[in-house]
Amino acid sequence: MHIPDGFLNAKVFVPLDAGAAAYVALAASRVRRAFNERAVPLMAVLAAFIFAAQMINFPVAGGTSGHFCGAALAAVLLGPWAAGLILTVVLVIQALAFGDGGILALGANVFNMGIVAPWVAWGIYRGMRLLIKRDAGLWIGAAVGGWFAVVAAASACAFELAAAGTAPLNFAVPAMAGIHALIGIGEAIVTVGALAAARAARPDVFALAPGGAQ
Amino acid sequence: MKKLTWLGLAVALVLAACVSPFACGWFDGLERVAEEIGFLSRGEGPPLLNAPIPDYIFPGIGGERVGTAVAGIIGTLAVFGAAFALAAVLRKRHPS
Repeated sequence: MHIPDGFLNAKVFVPLDAGAAAYVALAASRVRRAFNERAVPLMAVLAAFIFAAQMINFPVAGGTSGHFCGAALAAVLLGPWAAGLILTVVLVIQALAFGDGGILALGANVFNMGIVAPWVAWGIYRGMRLLIKRDAGLWIGAAVGGWFAVVAAASACAFELAAAGTAPLNFAVPAMAGIHALIGIGEAIVTVGALAAARAARPDVFALAPGGAQ
Repeated sequence: MKKLTWLGLAVALVLAACVSPFACGWFDGLERVAEEIGFLSRGEGPPLLNAPIPDYIFPGIGGERVGTAVAGIIGTLAVFGAAFALAAVLRKRHPS
């Protein structure tokens, strides 16, 4: 759902660019304050994995594809602030080096996939962990969090398109949320699979999130 | 953390180099919606910046699949390096 330049007007992208820049600065200070030494390589490898996985579009419906976002995976492992920084690194390189997502629309893309998605995923994940104390809460929280994160980010994208006058709200929101409800199933599967693999390689990986994701 | 880092980076590189060239080329969710509602062409103007590797195909080598694999490897390593550098800077300024 990388928004290219041309879909949004200045009325929409200027405040989102400014807001995203301010948010990233805040996130950097939050991550710095609660920094765990061991999180350096984890941030790097998560960013690399998310970038690579985002290249792999899978078919979801006739003629339509989707790809992994990674906000839930990063939020579960490192919390929403660090997840926002990781997604921002990915989105900046995608926009500058690959022309994927607009330059002016970068703030909107960071808002949708680096702010909305990690916080939604994180909130649902934490809620599920409280609700379901057993190990199952981890997997259910990550899967449900991943699904909602993608649908919420797509809905935010639809609101931006509507605010810019690009698409009518009553068409854009159900269309974006509907197709991303399918893509979100892929998100849930990849998130759970990646978490299981990470835990198999490093059993204490969930202890690294500032504030504790375990 | 070393094992997870190298394993994760290896998985990412394999995905980028070997799987991404065979990814589904259909419209993604947003492009599909843009096409249905009729605003897809608004995103097809000349780019503000000419990206060095447009559309994840490294220009001038082999076919599209080889170009995508090369683009994927470059991108994965660039993102790994950038995120590592950012995390290292944040750690450095940490008072502890």
